Amino acid sequence: MSTSEWPLWEVFVRSRRGLSHTHAGSLHAPDAEMALRNARDLYTRRNEGVSIWVVPSAAVTASSPDERDPFFAPSADKPYRHPTFYEIPEGVRHL
Amino acid sequence: MTTTVDKAAALALGDDALVLAQRLGEWAGHAPVLEEEVALANIALDLLGQARVLLSLAGDEDELAFLREEREFRNLQLVEQANGDFAHTIARQLYFSVYQQLLYGELAAGDGPFAPLAAKAVKETAYHRDHAEQWTLRLGDGTDESRRRVQAGLAALWKFTGEMFRPVEGLDLDAEAMAALEARWLAAVTAVVEKAGLTLPEGPRTGAWTAGAGRQGLHTEPFGRMLAEMQHLHRSHPGASW
Amino acid sequence: MVAMTQDAAAGQAPDPALVAAFDAAVAADERVEPRDWMPAEYRASLVRQMAQHAHSEIIGMQPEANWITRAPSLRRKAILMAKVQDEAGHGLYLYSAAETLGTSRDELLDKLHAGKQKYSSIFNYPTLTWADVGAIGWLVDGAAITNQVPLCRCSYGPYARAMVRICKEESFHQRQGYELLLALSQGTEAQHAMAQDAVDRWWWPSLMMFGPPDDESAHSAQSMAWRIKRHSNDELRQRFVDIAVPQAEALGLTLPDPDLKWNEERGHHDFGTIDWSEFWEVLKGNGPCNEQRIGQRRRAHEEGAWVRDAAAEYARKHGEAKA
Repeated sequence: MSTSEWPLWEVFVRSRRGLSHTHAGSLHAPDAEMALRNARDLYTRRNEGVSIWVVPSAAVTASSPDERDPFFAPSADKPYRHPTFYEIPEGVRHL
Repeated sequence: MTTTVDKAAALALGDDALVLAQRLGEWAGHAPVLEEEVALANIALDLLGQARVLLSLAGDEDELAFLREEREFRNLQLVEQANGDFAHTIARQLYFSVYQQLLYGELAAGDGPFAPLAAKAVKETAYHRDHAEQWTLRLGDGTDESRRRVQAGLAALWKFTGEMFRPVEGLDLDAEAMAALEARWLAAVTAVVEKAGLTLPEGPRTGAWTAGAGRQGLHTEPFGRMLAEMQHLHRSHPGASW
Repeated sequence: MVAMTQDAAAGQAPDPALVAAFDAAVAADERVEPRDWMPAEYRASLVRQMAQHAHSEIIGMQPEANWITRAPSLRRKAILMAKVQDEAGHGLYLYSAAETLGTSRDELLDKLHAGKQKYSSIFNYPTLTWADVGAIGWLVDGAAITNQVPLCRCSYGPYARAMVRICKEESFHQRQGYELLLALSQGTEAQHAMAQDAVDRWWWPSLMMFGPPDDESAHSAQSMAWRIKRHSNDELRQRFVDIAVPQAEALGLTLPDPDLKWNEERGHHDFGTIDWSEFWEVLKGNGPCNEQRIGQRRRAHEEGAWVRDAAAEYARKHGEAKA
């Protein structure tokens, strides 16, 4: 009987040139070469992509949900990072 | 530039694609892993698409697929062989997809009537070939059991591989061109087989019975049953549309 | 259920603040993501539902694959192959969504093979004629879509995202079934009879796909509160009936229910009583194809073990070689 479940891979697909790769889902494959092929078969059956990345799921380091607040909250109080923070006199263009 | 498609050639190539698509379709729901359900279906769908274009060049696709008798089919005996286990199917895929890719590559490069069709098909067959090669490597260099099984598959189908290189009636490839194709096929298959740690089967690649037989309408016993299954519904309702 | 037991064993009551945050997020229609804290029962309920859904996709390949080799035209053969392939793909999307909760696909498949997890009972009915392929597309996929569209807004992010992709891809499934039946209905007398017979056999089982009536449904209320589910079984069933009736008329086929009629007052169709004893029997394993379906699935898995092992072994050897 089988002892070996194939590892899990995360799949990122670039839907067309000029766009970045976005996460499409995951799949199982014995190795990277097969993961690419399986991803092509599974996630681009309807012309959804022009390029694929596969990454072993185990290699992804994620921010911990417990740190959600301390990790991301600080960026919420820096509105000066957004262009809408600044008032520009009416009629001034190309800014 | 020749523009008339030779119907005999369209039938030969179309029947290869149709019959192999039918065989691969039998895998649905039985594949060793879900990812492979998707992969095998992709290949089958490509082949079925090729078959429909080719048969339509020769006549009505459904009349040709469903109303011809066994002796009227022009496909290679290789493609009609039963699926066997996954290794056997992969061996059949390897032999055929390398052949088909080389053949369509030749046709695409020429200026004959099949060039446009071959140009599209050659991309599909490149993927089929890659699939077969990847699996040959994994089965050959995997476990003892997988090596034994794929070696057995390669051996069992070896005698059907000579037929592929008989000139196809109506194709612009003479005996010399086919011999060159055969040499490239042999080199490509040998390379994969050796890389996989397998040995190329020994023995003749055609027998008295198999030499060019499929293209003449002489098939093997499993083919009749395959056709019976494929055709029965269509034939049970003469003249009906679906 | 495992997670729940562990919690209980450890004697840990969940932090009330976490519970409150979770409840608030769900109530505000925010999505729950894999690494968020969630109640053990929510997790167990999701795994159960996603697993059952994934199993249904892959078991559901069988009744239709039964006709791939016999499809009566090459066009129909290509459509059917593509559809069965989609079902394998949808199974894969759903298994990978379930895996985000820490349950491996192998574990889920083992449970399916051991009969510990269910799949939709509808697939325990046989496809006896070609028209059954059409009836599955029109009625079974139609019922499934009615069920699934609301799941695109399910509270669990990975499930909702998988469903968006699935619903988009499935839009052709129902149409091809309807078109197939229409061709038969308008075809020869024998073809028309074949279509009617298929609809007669698939209608009631399709209505059962929405699950038991609301007052007898084990998981419904909690699932609604968690927004894993957004409408009740009876609500969705009624919606499906109302949609199907005019579609049947356009097909020129009848639905096998003498009590089916428009109720002006309710603004809905009334329909006859569903034979729930049949539903429970099929669910218990006494349907026409239960053993056949699970047997084929188990066989494919067991007979494929050497292939999966070979590829894993190859990866091990060559991974080492590279490193």
